[in-house]
Amino acid sequence: MKMATALTALNPAYARSNSHLAAIFWKEAKYEFLTRLRLRAYSLSTISFPLMFYVLFGLVINPRDAAVGGTTVTTYLIPTYGTFGVMGASLFGTASGLAAERGLGWLQVKRASPMPPFAYFAAKVALGMIFSTIVVLLLLLLGVTLGGVHLPLPDAAKLVAILVAGSLPFCAMGLAIGYFVGPNSAVAVINLIYLPLSFCSGLWVPIMFLPKLLQQIAHFLPPYHLAQLALGVVGAGQHESNWAHWEALIGFSLICLGVARLGFQRDEGKMYG
Amino acid sequence: MIAAFQETEEHQEQGFRPAGEAIARLQSVSKNFGAVHALRNVDLPIRAGELVALLGPNGAGKTTAVKLFLGLAKPTAGTVSVLGGNPVQSEVRTRIGAMLQVAKVPETLRVREHIDLFSSYYPKPLPLAETLAIAGLGEIKNRIFGELSGGQKQRVLFALALCGDPDLLFLDEPTVGLDVEARRLLWEQIRKLVARGKTVLLTTHYLQEADALADRIVVINQGTIVAEGTPAEIKAQTTGRKIRCVSRLDIETVRALPGVVAVRQDRDALEIRVAQAEPVLRELLARDAGLSDVEVTSAGLEEAFLSLTQNNDNNSTAAVTGR
Repeated sequence: MKMATALTALNPAYARSNSHLAAIFWKEAKYEFLTRLRLRAYSLSTISFPLMFYVLFGLVINPRDAAVGGTTVTTYLIPTYGTFGVMGASLFGTASGLAAERGLGWLQVKRASPMPPFAYFAAKVALGMIFSTIVVLLLLLLGVTLGGVHLPLPDAAKLVAILVAGSLPFCAMGLAIGYFVGPNSAVAVINLIYLPLSFCSGLWVPIMFLPKLLQQIAHFLPPYHLAQLALGVVGAGQHESNWAHWEALIGFSLICLGVARLGFQRDEGKMYG
Repeated sequence: MIAAFQETEEHQEQGFRPAGEAIARLQSVSKNFGAVHALRNVDLPIRAGELVALLGPNGAGKTTAVKLFLGLAKPTAGTVSVLGGNPVQSEVRTRIGAMLQVAKVPETLRVREHIDLFSSYYPKPLPLAETLAIAGLGEIKNRIFGELSGGQKQRVLFALALCGDPDLLFLDEPTVGLDVEARRLLWEQIRKLVARGKTVLLTTHYLQEADALADRIVVINQGTIVAEGTPAEIKAQTTGRKIRCVSRLDIETVRALPGVVAVRQDRDALEIRVAQAEPVLRELLARDAGLSDVEVTSAGLEEAFLSLTQNNDNNSTAAVTGR
């Protein structure tokens, strides 16, 4: 069987054409999207929760002219609920699907096929990003139409770009979680991480209204950094270095990818080579 | 690769039918899961163009064998070669198809969408219409997977195994849990595959299924191959005929008759296993003129299977084999 290990090196004579690979990635992502779009438990809840919170806490409870610092509440809440929505779309988009497909045998069927494994993960990440985009755009739409938010188009574009890019660390986190939770416990575990993390990062209650200790802790939480980057666009950030926020998010992504890779190798290690 | 080239001579030595070259093989393979020996020193060649049924009771090691062939499990000892390579290589995987037991398939995709996705993985997939036709899914191609019946779901998984037009297919318990109607339908479709020149390894614990489909049956029990051959050969390995009759002769007398392999009392009748029915019948009639209710049947695959697997199990009684 030592000999067998040596056999696993890919034959260089065999290579898919790039166009074939691109076609596989496209179909994998397309059908992942359709699968999830039709799965109401995912599509409806990831989109409607942040919007519902925005309507409740931004439009219903607060008077129109309420402000956080110098920023109206309706404006302030777009980056924060945007971060909240991005986290949900990314974590649930990756972790719950991966945990279920790993645990219930579907991933094994796909691994027995010639599917390039990377296409599978890329599709899950693409899904998280697409739903993140939808959530952020709808939040902006609500803010501009009903919340009296005035945001120049370049700023709005920047806000969307930051939040959608910010989906990546949470997709990585979702992949890591998906490799270490069972198919039935996945949703519960994600919620146990997602909701406290959101609160402590100042996504529900603005960070300056949290106790000092929590404000300190928030610096160790990835959603805090994404929210600060997004709040910076509307001039409501904590005036910390943007680079520090990006570094934190990139570092966190790498750690999560490392953990996910461990899970992948653990599963593959049971395989041949 | 090394393993792949050693095959030809060896199985000729063993005197198998020359059905074609072995295109996939487990060679001296053992697989342990912790303390459990799922497979023990198994040698299993699959030759081009044949349909091999790996037949055994639940827990015999059938699924483990399939997973080893597919590169989804790593052998504890021994080598696995598939199409001249290792099953984890992409170029090998593009030439094999697999139908595995899966607890849950994404339910919100349509039948044709599932097939479209899996077809995209292969360099030269069958046209969608052809895959649908072989698997008998044409009528339901637009249905959502979650709304299908058990038989239809199995046929979709079957379609995913064949859509890439692979040379070699692994079907792990394809008809488990299906009713008779659905099972026969799937049998028809598996036969169509073989008619197209595909090589198939199928696992089953339905003896009838192995008998109905296979060119060669490999009987496996407790991780060890206990018999192999054509369905006819497998039957011939055990007693050829079964005589059932009501007689006043006592069981020991009958057991002592030449040609009798085993005797068993079944209510008021005797069940006698013999190699050939006629000489024993003549003897019985000579000794007991009152012999009545005589039935002669051939030992079915079911009995052959029971006896083969029980031979392998020291604890079971010799009720069937009579040894």
